[in-house]
Amino acid sequence: MRVDVRILRYNPEVDTKPHYENYVVDQEPTDKVLDVLNTIKWYQDGTLSYRRSCAHGVCGSDAMRINGRNALACKLLVQDAGSSITIEPLLGFDVVKDLIVDMEDFWDGYKSIQPFLINNDPPPSGRERIQTPEEREIFDDTTKCIMCAACTTACPITWTNPDFIGPAAIVNAHRFIYDSRDKGGEERLEILNDRNGVWRCRTVFNCTDACPRGIKVTRAIEQVKRTLLYNS
Amino acid sequence: MTIGNIYRGREGMVSWALHRITGLGVLLFLLIHIADIYIVRYGAEAFDDLLIIYKGLPFRILEIGLVASVYFHAINGLRVIIIDFWDGAVDRQRELFWAVVVLFTVMFVPTAILMLIAAFD
Ligand code: SF4
Ligand code: FES
Repeated sequence: MRVDVRILRYNPEVDTKPHYENYVVDQEPTDKVLDVLNTIKWYQDGTLSYRRSCAHGVCGSDAMRINGRNALACKLLVQDAGSSITIEPLLGFDVVKDLIVDMEDFWDGYKSIQPFLINNDPPPSGRERIQTPEEREIFDDTTKCIMCAACTTACPITWTNPDFIGPAAIVNAHRFIYDSRDKGGEERLEILNDRNGVWRCRTVFNCTDACPRGIKVTRAIEQVKRTLLYNS
Repeated sequence: MTIGNIYRGREGMVSWALHRITGLGVLLFLLIHIADIYIVRYGAEAFDDLLIIYKGLPFRILEIGLVASVYFHAINGLRVIIIDFWDGAVDRQRELFWAVVVLFTVMFVPTAILMLIAAFD
C-alpha cells in the first residue's frame, strides 16, 4: 500500500529549527512503522536518524510519536497507523537529531530510585530467596517495563517540569517496593515522597495509554501514593 | 524551538486540561470578587454603582461560564478523588470521565436555561 509519511527532521549542525519532510513509500499493510523508516533510510534518504535495535518490541529503543501518540515503531503496524503517517520525536527531552532525543534526564530518574534488589541478609543456605505466587503477583505488572520512555514523555508534567521523576522511574520503583524479597522499600518510598516524586502526578493517564507493554502505569503510581499516605 | 504537533491525549488528558482551565476560571472570578468587595470601602453608593455592571447582560453570560467551571471542576474533582483511593476506578477512568460529562450536562443545562431566562428578563 502507498503510505504518505511526514517526519519532523532536525539536524542541529545545519538547521535552526525542526521542519517536516515528506516521503512516499510502498509498504505491506502488515509491515511495521519501523519498516517504513528503514525503507526511507535505506532507499531514499540515508541522513534520517532514529534509534532501533531489536525490532521486536523488546529493547525499548524506538519509542516515538506516531500520529501524535507515543508508540514503538517496531510494534505498530502500518495498517493500524494508516496510509498517512506523521512521525515526531518524543516530547519533553531535547532532540539530538531527527527522532533521537537526549535521554539523560530519563536515566537519572531511573537511577535515583535504585533499580536493583536491596537485601543484605544472606539468602537461605544453598538456595534462592523464595516467594509465593501471590507475593509475586503484587508487582507482576511492573516487571514488564522495557525502559522505552513512552510513558514519561507522554506526560504533560514532564514536558514542563524537567525535575519530575517521571512515570517510568516510579514503575521501576514499584517493581522493588512491593517485592517481598527486597528490603529497600523504605528508602525508595522516601525518594518518591517528594513534590517532584509521585505527588506531581495529576492522573492524566497518558502514560498508561502510551505504554507498549500494557503496564497500568497510573495504577502503580496511585498504589505508591496510597502506601505513602497510609504508612506515614 | 517547535516540537511538532500537540500530543493526542485521550479522555484522561482532556479531563486534566478542562480541570486546569475551569480551575483557573474559578480563581479569576474569585480575584475579581475580592476586588469588588474592596470597593465597599468607598461607600455603599460606589458599591451599588459597581453592581450595575454585574447586572448587565455580558456579565450574566460570563456567570453562566462560571457555573459551568464550578460544576465541572467539582464533579471531575470527585472523579480524581475516587481514582486516588480505589484501583477499580483507575481501571475504569475512561468510563468515569464520560460519567462526569453526563452528570455535568444533566446539572448544567437546566441551570443555564434558568440563568438565561433570568438574564433576559
Ligand atoms: S512503563 Fe511502559 S511506557 Fe514506561 S518505560 Fe516502561 S515499558 Fe515504556
Ligand atoms: S527496536 Fe527494540 S523495542 Fe523497537
